[in-house]
Amino acid sequence: MYKYDEYDQAMVDARVEEFRDQCNRRLSGEMTEDQFKPLRLMNGLYLQLHAYMLRVAVPYGTLDSRQMHMLAHIARKYDRGYGHFTTRQNLQYNWIKLDDAADILAELATVEMHAIQTSGNCIRNISADQYAGAAADEVADPRPYAELLRQWSTFHPEFLMLPRKFKIAVIGADEDRAAMKLHDIGLKLLKNAAGELGFEVYVGGGQGRTPMVAPLIRDFLPADELVSYLEACLRVYNRYGRRDNLYKARIKILVHEIGADEYRRQVEEEFLHVKTLALDPPAAELERIAAMFALPPLDPTAPAEIDRSDPDFALWLDQQVVDHKVPGHAIVTISLKPTGGIPGDASADQIDVMAKLAREFSHDELRVTHAQNIVLPHVRKADLYAIWTRLEESGLATPNLDLITDIIACPGLDYCALANARSIPLAQKITERFANLDRQRDLGEVKLKISGCINACGHHHAGHIGILGVDRKGEENYQLSFGGSGAEDASVGKIIGPGFSEDGIVDAVEKALETYRGIRIEGERFLDTYRRVGSDPFKAAIYEKASV
Amino acid sequence: MTLIRFRDDEAHEEPAVTLDAFFGQSNATAVRVEPGEDVRVLLPYLDRLQLIEIAFPKFRDGRGYSSARILREAGFTGELRAAGDVLLDQVVILRRCGFDALVSDHVLDADKVNEALARFPAVYQKAADAKQPVWALRHG
Repeated sequence: MYKYDEYDQAMVDARVEEFRDQCNRRLSGEMTEDQFKPLRLMNGLYLQLHAYMLRVAVPYGTLDSRQMHMLAHIARKYDRGYGHFTTRQNLQYNWIKLDDAADILAELATVEMHAIQTSGNCIRNISADQYAGAAADEVADPRPYAELLRQWSTFHPEFLMLPRKFKIAVIGADEDRAAMKLHDIGLKLLKNAAGELGFEVYVGGGQGRTPMVAPLIRDFLPADELVSYLEACLRVYNRYGRRDNLYKARIKILVHEIGADEYRRQVEEEFLHVKTLALDPPAAELERIAAMFALPPLDPTAPAEIDRSDPDFALWLDQQVVDHKVPGHAIVTISLKPTGGIPGDASADQIDVMAKLAREFSHDELRVTHAQNIVLPHVRKADLYAIWTRLEESGLATPNLDLITDIIACPGLDYCALANARSIPLAQKITERFANLDRQRDLGEVKLKISGCINACGHHHAGHIGILGVDRKGEENYQLSFGGSGAEDASVGKIIGPGFSEDGIVDAVEKALETYRGIRIEGERFLDTYRRVGSDPFKAAIYEKASV
Repeated sequence: MTLIRFRDDEAHEEPAVTLDAFFGQSNATAVRVEPGEDVRVLLPYLDRLQLIEIAFPKFRDGRGYSSARILREAGFTGELRAAGDVLLDQVVILRRCGFDALVSDHVLDADKVNEALARFPAVYQKAADAKQPVWALRHG
C-alpha cells in the first residue's frame, strides 16, 4: 500500500488548515455561500436534505486497518454510528455538522486520509479494480498508475474549475470490475507486441441523463506518457466543454458533439505540444510508488484444500470467494447487502470488525468495490473458515455477491436534495421479496441497480435490471430498464415500458425474472437471455394485467 | 477594485482592447481575452504585447487557467492579468498557471493573499510557475 512521505503529509495537513480558514470565513460572513460552495465541495462536503454529508476519499478503493478503524471512530464521534460505502469506492457520512468538518479532516490526516476533490467540478478520486494486485488475470497492478494520477490531479491548478466533475478509472485486466468505460476517462493497462506496457484510453463515458459508453480514443499510450496525455485530454475539455448548460457539461457531450475522431485529433495536436513540457514524472517515481504496492509475502505452498462440511460456510465460499493469483490463497468479498439492509451501509462496529480481519488475515489490506462491498484481497484459504465465522457473528456473511439482492442504490430521497424518489426502501423491498437464497442462486448473476433520480448515481443505466425513480405528478414512479452492463461488455439499458408504483416495480422485476427462468438456455444469465430474445417476452409478462 | 501585481516593472498604462479591436488596430500593446476566445490567435504577436488581460466574469469558469498556461508555454513574458470575479481562494492556482497580476471586483487583503500563497509547502505537478513538483524533489 502507498505510504505518505513528508511531502504528502505536509500537503494534506496544509489542506486541513486551508479548509479551517475557509470555514471560519464562511461562518463569519466574509464569504458568501455561493463563494464557499465550490470550496467545501472540493473538500467533500455536500449540503443534503437534513444535514451536511462528508465524502471521504479512499484512493483507488485501497485502505489499511488503521484507516478503516479511523472511519469507524469518525462514524461514532461525529455521525450516527455508521458510514456508507459508495459506488466510487469512497465512504460517506450523512449526518455531519459544518462546525466539525475541519476537525474530521484533521483526524483523517493523522492516518493519511483526506476528502480532497471528492466532489466539485474537478478531477475526482481515481477508482480502480478492487482485485488489483491479487487477480490472476491482470497484466499489471493498476494502482501505482492510479496513485501517480492521484498526485498529478491533486490541486491541479488548471483543472480545478472544469465545466463539470471528472472521473477516471484504471484497470489492468480484461475483465472490467470497475465500470471503466462508464467514466470520463477509462484506462486499461495492456502490453503491446513488443512487450511494452501502455494504456487503452477511453474518453467520454458516463451515466447521468445522457448515458454513454466511452469510445476508444487511443489504442496504445506508452505508460510513461500518461500524465502528458491526460493533460492534453483535460485541456481540450477545459477549453471546449460546454459551460452554458449544467446537464451538457460533461466531457461525454463534447466528445459526442464533435465526434470521437475530432476529439482525438484535437487531443493529439495538444499532446504534441504538451510533450515538449516534460510533465511526466521520471521512471524512478513510478518505481518508488510501485514498490509500495508489491505483493505481500504469500506462501505458494499454503494448503489449498478447504473443509466444506459446514453447508452455510460452503454456500458463502461458493458465492463470495475467488482464487488469488498465488496458490493456497483467496480473495474474499464481504457483502454489505443483507436482506432488508441499506446497500453499502456499515455500522462502526462492523467497520471495526472488517479492519481487524484485514489485519489478522489479509496483510492489513482492504478494498472498497464500486458495487459497495468490501474486499479482503490476500487471504490464506486455511483461514477462510475463521473469517466466515467472525463475519457471521457480525451480520457480514450474506452470501449474495452478484445475485439479485446485491443491489447498488443511491441514497435517494431519504438523504439527497436532488432525488425525486426513494431508492433505499425499494432496495429493501426487493431484497425481502427475493430473500430465499436457493431462489437467488437459481436466478444466477443479476445486477440490479437503483437511482432515485435521472443523475444516475445508482448506476441504473448499467444494471442488467435498472430502476429509475422519477416524480410523476407528485407521486414516486419507477421506470424499469433491461440490458445494461458496466463490465467489459458495457452497454446502456433500455426502458421497457410505462413506469410502476413502488409495489408494482417489485412485482415487475419478479415477473421478468420468472420469464427468464422459463426461457433461459443452459448457462445463460438474465442479461444473456435478454440480449438473445429482446424485450418482447418480458414486456408481455410484465404488462399483462400489471398494476401500472 | 484591487490591482495586485507580482512583477517589479511598472504597471502597463494602456487600456487593454478586445481581441476584435486588437486585430483591427495593429499598434495595441495590451489586449483582453474573454473566456470563449482562443488565445492561440495571439501567439504570432506575443513579442509586442506587454499586457494580456484574461477575463473571469464568473470565478467558476476555469477556461482562463488554460489560456494563461498556453500563453506562458508559448514564451509570453509580459504581464498576465486575471480580471473580474477573482477571489482569495483562486490566487494560488492563478499564480501557478502563470498569472502575475490580478485585478479583482472584490476587496482583496494583500496580507491574506500572501498568506494563501505561502500555505502549501509543495506542489504535485509542473505548471507555468517555477515550482519543482514533489517528484522532482524526491528524485533530484
